[in-house]
Amino acid sequence: MSAVTLDTGPTVARLSARSGVRTARTVALKVVTAVLVLIAAASVTFFAQLLIPGDRATTILNLKTGRAQTYSPSELAPVKAKFGFDHPVLVQYLHYVGGLFKGNLGTSYTQYRPVTQVIGSEIVPSLVLTLLALVVAWVLALTVTLLTVKRGRVATALGSGWESLTASLPPYWIGVVLLVVFSVELRIFPVIGGDGVSGTVLPVLTLAIPLAGFLGQVTRDEFEKVLDQPFITTARTRGMGDTAVRLRHALRHSVIPAITLSGWALGALLSGAVIAENIFGRPGIGQVLVTAVNTRDVPTVSGIVLVVAAVYVVANLLVDLTYRLVDPRLGARS
Amino acid sequence: MTALSVPPTRAWTLDRVSGLRARPGTVVALAVVAFIVLAALVPGLLTSHSPNAIDLQHSLGKPSLAHPFGTDAAGRDLFTRVVYGTRQSLGIGLGATALAMFIAIVLGFSAGLAGGWVDVVITRVLEVAFAFPVLLLALLLISIRGPSMGTELIAVGIGSAPGYARMVRGQVLNVRESGYVEAAGALGHPRRTVIRRHLFPNAMRPLVAVMTLGVGQSIVWASGLAFLGLGVAPPSPEWGALLDSGRDYITTQWWLEILPGLLIVVVALAVTSLGRTLQHRLEGASR
Repeated sequence: MSAVTLDTGPTVARLSARSGVRTARTVALKVVTAVLVLIAAASVTFFAQLLIPGDRATTILNLKTGRAQTYSPSELAPVKAKFGFDHPVLVQYLHYVGGLFKGNLGTSYTQYRPVTQVIGSEIVPSLVLTLLALVVAWVLALTVTLLTVKRGRVATALGSGWESLTASLPPYWIGVVLLVVFSVELRIFPVIGGDGVSGTVLPVLTLAIPLAGFLGQVTRDEFEKVLDQPFITTARTRGMGDTAVRLRHALRHSVIPAITLSGWALGALLSGAVIAENIFGRPGIGQVLVTAVNTRDVPTVSGIVLVVAAVYVVANLLVDLTYRLVDPRLGARS
Repeated sequence: MTALSVPPTRAWTLDRVSGLRARPGTVVALAVVAFIVLAALVPGLLTSHSPNAIDLQHSLGKPSLAHPFGTDAAGRDLFTRVVYGTRQSLGIGLGATALAMFIAIVLGFSAGLAGGWVDVVITRVLEVAFAFPVLLLALLLISIRGPSMGTELIAVGIGSAPGYARMVRGQVLNVRESGYVEAAGALGHPRRTVIRRHLFPNAMRPLVAVMTLGVGQSIVWASGLAFLGLGVAPPSPEWGALLDSGRDYITTQWWLEILPGLLIVVVALAVTSLGRTLQHRLEGASR
């Protein structure tokens, strides 16, 4: 880049106009990249389907009959025609990727229905669970961090101890412990919940507790750094109270890394949801997915994996764009 | 006035806190790791029962002195089964981490050393890989190959490789720019020698700690798959398989599920804290 001359007014105006164009171009580039990532992800799931050992049409018929045998070409022909296996691989690939833009995820090997129908409305309770867990995790993390960061030895040790403990708990174990304590022993919640309010509390906590530990760790590190910054000292010397300094100055800066990670967390939460839904018998993609894996229904598994990948990519795109709009330093840098 | 005196005091306090916290924690973590290594190598030393001795008279027993984790539906001592399952679980954890590291080193070093379009392609591939959560990638692989210990190991290994690959690439780029690598090149050492003697060891050093963390993570992921009934199947005493068979008794004999799970948690915590300690030591040494 050429050196910027420190000139008078017009140069500055030209520069800011140019940075506006640059921001627009960055945003467009980000969106295109996200779409390309999704196409690449679809390519991965397509070629994964080619990795099924043996002939796919035979596999589908064997899944149907529950036997392992060979079939005559006349028996295989209708299956090949239905699933499009009679076309060259390249045509199948283009059809698969093209279908995604029309909301088509392929056909289930076991149910002979479009994968989108198999997933159907099951994605809704899973997304509700995931988003609620994200919100609850943030509330838990901020509460613990704000109450304990740099509040003396004991509080700090308790807070960061709690965070590192919860951050490394596997969701299946938290889920089982919550189930035993609150459903089996205390009988506050039903053992098999459904997707009503009473069936949602424990699955949400199962996902939120480890995530809260993780977000808390990240926020605490940043909070400690921010509290040593000169602008915090300035605020204190102006006579601002400790609580106000924390809430109005330090918090705003220290949540940034954790917000960035929230895009990533959505993907992790959706896979955690698979486990939570299975523990609590909550409807959602978790149940569909485990059944599909058990019955070797690869297109359905691929479809769910792609939907989750799409959620991850879109969430990260939104986080990224929000930053570029909010923080001018980022827009200028790349 | 107080504000100005605060920073040094805090630094001192934090230093002391972390110092006090690290030592007893590390000792406990080392003890846990020693226990599981012993269990994996000579399980007979830690328990007098046999993992497969069926005793229908005492099935589904509560935890007691004779059976610290209780007994399962066939009356087998659960603690003994956990001890005998260690070898397989630890094997999956180590194997998956080794596979992930191998992939990561190949990708990370290719990207970091070759640069140019190789670097661009590998970086893009990793970006795509990050869109797949580890558990889901593993489930996709299991749906293709069917559940088995080998699939589980490969699935967890491939799933965690992208994260390591990005770290390896970053390390290589970092070390490549350092003064001593430049100096070695200037002294006329051939490129291969510089890579082998200077670049590789220095780039990999901080990753030793990450690998330690990875073993714990892999064990947790693998047992999560088995928990869903998609990993190692139940007659085996592998930890995930124990969780899978314990699920039927959550509402009646919960300890059959919670105690093996607790062991996995304790092991994961111990390995993690050991990894962190190692990380601090290695970072301190490199400064």
